[in-house]
Amino acid sequence: MTQLTLGKALNAGMRRALADDDKVLVMGEDIGKLGGVFRITDGLQAEFGPRRVVDTPLAESGIVGTAVGLAFRGFRPVVEIQFDGFVYPAFDQIVSQVAKLHYRTQGRVTMPLTIRIPWAGGVGAAEHHSESPEAYFVHTAGLRVVAVSNPQDAYTMLRQAIACDDPVIFLEPKRLYHAKGEVDVDADIADAAPLGLARVVREGSDVTVLTYGSHVTTALDAALAAEDEGISLEVIDLRSISPVDYAAVTASVRRTGRVVVTHEASREGGVAAEIIASVTEKCFHYLEAPPVRVTGMDIPYPPAKLERYHLPDLDRILDAVDRVMGRPNSLSEVSA
Amino acid sequence: MTDTLTPAAARSTDTDDVARLLDHTGSRVADERLDPWIADVDAAMLRELYRDMAMTRRLDAEGVALQRQGHLGLWAPAHGQEAVQVGTTWACHDDDFLFPTYREVGIELVRGIEPADFVMVWHGAKHSSWDPSVAHVANPQIIIGAQSLHAVGYAMGIQRDGGDQVAVAYFGDGATSQGDVNEAMVFAASFESPVVFVCSNNQWAISEPVGLQAQYPIAGRAPGFGIPSMRIDGNDVLACVAAMRWAADHARSGLGPAFIEAVTYRIGPHTTSDDPTRYRDPAEVDYWRARDPLARVEAYLRRMGAFDDAFRDSVQADADRFTAAMRAAVVEATPPPPQRLFENVYAEPHTGIEEQRAAFMAYLDGFGAEGGAA
Ligand SMILES: Cc1ncc(C[n+]2csc(CCOP(=O)(O)OP(=O)(O)O)c2C)c(N)n1
Repeated sequence: MTQLTLGKALNAGMRRALADDDKVLVMGEDIGKLGGVFRITDGLQAEFGPRRVVDTPLAESGIVGTAVGLAFRGFRPVVEIQFDGFVYPAFDQIVSQVAKLHYRTQGRVTMPLTIRIPWAGGVGAAEHHSESPEAYFVHTAGLRVVAVSNPQDAYTMLRQAIACDDPVIFLEPKRLYHAKGEVDVDADIADAAPLGLARVVREGSDVTVLTYGSHVTTALDAALAAEDEGISLEVIDLRSISPVDYAAVTASVRRTGRVVVTHEASREGGVAAEIIASVTEKCFHYLEAPPVRVTGMDIPYPPAKLERYHLPDLDRILDAVDRVMGRPNSLSEVSA
Repeated sequence: MTDTLTPAAARSTDTDDVARLLDHTGSRVADERLDPWIADVDAAMLRELYRDMAMTRRLDAEGVALQRQGHLGLWAPAHGQEAVQVGTTWACHDDDFLFPTYREVGIELVRGIEPADFVMVWHGAKHSSWDPSVAHVANPQIIIGAQSLHAVGYAMGIQRDGGDQVAVAYFGDGATSQGDVNEAMVFAASFESPVVFVCSNNQWAISEPVGLQAQYPIAGRAPGFGIPSMRIDGNDVLACVAAMRWAADHARSGLGPAFIEAVTYRIGPHTTSDDPTRYRDPAEVDYWRARDPLARVEAYLRRMGAFDDAFRDSVQADADRFTAAMRAAVVEATPPPPQRLFENVYAEPHTGIEEQRAAFMAYLDGFGAEGGAA
């Protein structure tokens, strides 16, 4: 076991994948000498050379589109999009090409791309640097969408994503890049839980809190606070939001009967809405209360000085917990 | 330090300012740059080029007919563009990897793709037919320009694997307005990738004339990216062979990408859904009919004494066989089974799709002997 930050764990995961398989390539803007704007690819070009760790021209569609061509030829490109808000110029290549080529070619062409996106807010960044675009990709058949919440997952899931024959949108909460944790760097990915499985990070009996990415930490904080009030929260890190591990989710919901889903992306048409619809279909008779969403507002990502209001925090999660528990909450009528 | 750079007076709409080897009467003309590349092209080879072009024309007409008769949902006619499709493909090595558009049936024909594979896509049975790794032809692209990046990426792969293949990106004049085509040229030039860009400038992007996409000849753009280019008569199959040999040789020798603008014309509608009489002057079509790519090869072969009735009949017989097989494939096609919906969405097991497939198949089973909801 080694103590690593989430960022360093990603770096170690890529290094390992590059060393294990010479078909793996890393591509993106500023990822060579600079090591990426977040230094996630630090040292990789020095170690593997500019043919395998490729600084590209500044063109997102170009990066993803050429990665498609490389995949056509049997390579496994790992693409870094510099920031979440800059993935949109590559949207066509991702949605129309990366996601669909396996289907369109009746399985003859595989697209084992990993598209890494430093993701979401809470870091006081400039406009277009804090977006949560996951719902666009979750809505697209042919893509897998995963989000990491801790260094061990960052290391293991990145390697699994690279080894996967399907394209994976790999979301890295930039708020957690410096979060430290134990990482078993010698672990064999063959022994790890398959990509796509959720993980119960805290067991509880009253409410199931479903979340992913940096919100796992927020949900755990909420669980600690709720404990003081005598409420037991079960916190599930979904890890994969396409597909969702409904076996794990429904097993929990059937025990607790209450569900809160939280993410920082806006609410309308979002991942929480999708999960709640599915949970309701699968567990209706077990539910003690209508499930509740705790999400970002339906607004463009706000300026940095306002983002704390937009981002769901511990108190908003607890307020939702009160709602599903039938306790007084922000929506209760205030009687004079 | 510099004055404003002004483009030369040349206009994108000047279609006669092109390099050619066969004029529209079928007379051989000299071109210093192109001549060396076709020194080996004899009458026998020219006859084969003619055969493939004539078969392309015939299968294309059959595609239109099959659409009119309700067997195909759509067809994008290639009539008029046979020389650039057949000539450039002929000039490639068999393992050069081609990334065509929806209109490039001549490429598929030269690459030996089966008659049924021309039509099952437009019939609506599948999204693509052949195995790209066998034919070395990608499935045709409908998103304008997207494949240009795929070709560059493939070429970047060739560079990493070694070997002397090239990748070829085909696109139209309209596509040159797309970001992807421009990004492809940036990437190709920056990495000196072995890729050839072939722009079939057929003068129209549905109803939009080339002048709306480009004020200056399209081949003139490539040098700005650091890519050498040629503007050729796309209705002259000899020029198409020569230019492609030049471009592929350039790319193969490690000198980086090359660009060809083949000036041609789309005689028919954009697709079978289009009505070109709304936007196109019939006189323009007549002008181009007089520059037909097949007629000029025939005239040239006749002059050489290498075109007779027996040859014409044998081409006709080949085309008949091919189109009959195309027709049979759609007329006899059975509807694809519903489980096909769910196949190959993912390469590895996926719980979401498996659950949906199981639920849908159970639903269909509920119809029992009636044979499904359809
Ligand atoms: C991104 C995109 N936008 C629009 C279309 C619709 N469309 C199909 S073909 C076409 C014109 C393309 O013109 P050009 O590139 O010159 O090729 P041509 O069809 O003339 O061979 C358009 C606008 C499309 N397929 N893809």
